[in-house]
Amino acid sequence: MGQFLLKRIGLAVPTLLVVVFLVFMAVHLAPSDPVENKLGEKATAEQRTAMRHHYGLDQPLPLQFVRYVGGLLHGDFGESYKLEQPVSTLIAVKFPVTAQLAIAALLFSIAVGLPAGAVAAYFHNSWFDRAVMALVVAMVSIPSIVLGPLLILGVAVKLGWLPTSGWESPKYMVLPMIALGSRSAAIVARFMRSSLLDTLRQDYIRTAIAKGLSRPMAVWRHGIKNALLPVLTVLGTNFGALLTGSFVVETLFHVPGIGDISIESIQWRDYPVVQGMALLVAIVYVFVNLGVDVLYGAIDPRVRARG
Amino acid sequence: MAEVTLAKPSLSPTAEAWRRLQRNPVAVVCGTFIVGLVLVALLANLLKPQGYDTPDFLHRLAAGSAAHPLGTDQEGRDVLSRIVYGARISLGVATVIVSIEIAIGLTLGLIAGYYGGAIDSALMRVTDVMFSFPDILLAILLVAVVQPGPGKALAPQVSLITLFVALGLVYWPGLARLARGQAMALRNREYIEAARAMGVRDRAILLRHLLPNTLSPIIVQVTQDIAQVMLAEATLSFLGLGVQPPFPSWGRMIQDALPFKEAHPILLLAPTVALAATVMAFNFFGDALRDALDPRLRE
Repeated sequence: MGQFLLKRIGLAVPTLLVVVFLVFMAVHLAPSDPVENKLGEKATAEQRTAMRHHYGLDQPLPLQFVRYVGGLLHGDFGESYKLEQPVSTLIAVKFPVTAQLAIAALLFSIAVGLPAGAVAAYFHNSWFDRAVMALVVAMVSIPSIVLGPLLILGVAVKLGWLPTSGWESPKYMVLPMIALGSRSAAIVARFMRSSLLDTLRQDYIRTAIAKGLSRPMAVWRHGIKNALLPVLTVLGTNFGALLTGSFVVETLFHVPGIGDISIESIQWRDYPVVQGMALLVAIVYVFVNLGVDVLYGAIDPRVRARG
Repeated sequence: MAEVTLAKPSLSPTAEAWRRLQRNPVAVVCGTFIVGLVLVALLANLLKPQGYDTPDFLHRLAAGSAAHPLGTDQEGRDVLSRIVYGARISLGVATVIVSIEIAIGLTLGLIAGYYGGAIDSALMRVTDVMFSFPDILLAILLVAVVQPGPGKALAPQVSLITLFVALGLVYWPGLARLARGQAMALRNREYIEAARAMGVRDRAILLRHLLPNTLSPIIVQVTQDIAQVMLAEATLSFLGLGVQPPFPSWGRMIQDALPFKEAHPILLLAPTVALAATVMAFNFFGDALRDALDPRLRE
């Protein structure tokens, strides 16, 4: 297990470095000059030099990159031009909000998708199965930028059941969670269904039933557990989609998370913040995928042996 | 029975697929919708001669009427006109980006898959890195860094070009991987080997033998990518990073309508429904196309 873990982490490190390099280069090649933006045209030459020096912009680019990576290792993401605060402070304030939203959406997609997919597979070809599949096909192609406005108009404006926007109490979380998580719920349901259908065809299920276990018990004890494995991977890739999907949902529902501050920072051309947030999402994305890989190996010894 | 089978005229695979497509009601409905949408986009000038940016200052935020079937927005512009011209932007952007995707992705993918070796490894490393970013985040980052100073926006035409480059860069690796897989699966088939043995040059093998045989999955992928690209454009425009005013974009219209969601829900509903219908039509048509082109692929 230890070796397997090391190997997976070993693969993730170069990926992360390349990601950091690309984000850094993209931001530093931006034509818009941060000093010009912040100080305006009236600034004196001394002021400009002082600001360049303060943000380390007077250093050669390779040195800036090494310093940035060095800072990252200490949790230092640089300093915002506009807010004059460390980016890490902003992350500490904004990231929990996005994480809450993404985790709520993930739990929503599990709570809805798993049972729906499992029951559809159990009653294969029944009306329930067909209804679930029809809904799945529809929901997979409805993104949050479409579902969000529909939920706002239907549930919040027309029915008045929930607030249209904001982030004050748990009930503010319901609509963003559904808008963000429903596509993922549909994907989970589809995966769970096909995975359980595959599992139910296996010999060991037939053996269990032949030995006198009832079909529901055989499915519950031997089927569900084995069917969950492939679903786990899809949950991992979905979490990345949920994080980036939150950019849209946060803007739609005025949720003060990292999507919200990223868009604001792009408008202010506050590049250290943009760079920090993009990196944060990419790092979380790489680590979630790593976590899923490791978890997969921990649950299924066959993967460990192969990997 | 034997005579019946013999008497049945054998159809070419394309004709066979076309026949299967026509028999699928979902394909017919979605296909008709797409054709209609393309016509609307092409004929926007004839349908809505007043254009997308003509304000009617006397009728701001007006309800639906004969002159403005879907009412007007906060600047007094006709909502239906903006939806119609929005279709042109949305389809136009998707067409250009998918063309870029095909030009880069298909070419590199086929070459890498056919030759293998170092070219292949290089392509795979590049796509690995591209895939380690969540897709839309990369596009947001690319668009974000080319923005001019604060308070300034890109010129509308420049915003389109930026969008083409950013989304083109984000979407080609997926198609490249698909084409690579196809080329790898086919490169050792007998007919390719036969062509090679007969001295056909690589270029001709790639274009005349490999390409036509990889087309079905690629056509399906491209149809579904059109939907993805339209969504990506809508998302970027919604976030203020895509198509810039005065060009109408459905994503931008959703953003602009948010402050009026309570008093004038139609402003929010119209672009949302247009986007939803279009994306679903392309997705479902892509599914139907896959079933028609290769019935074996069906679950």
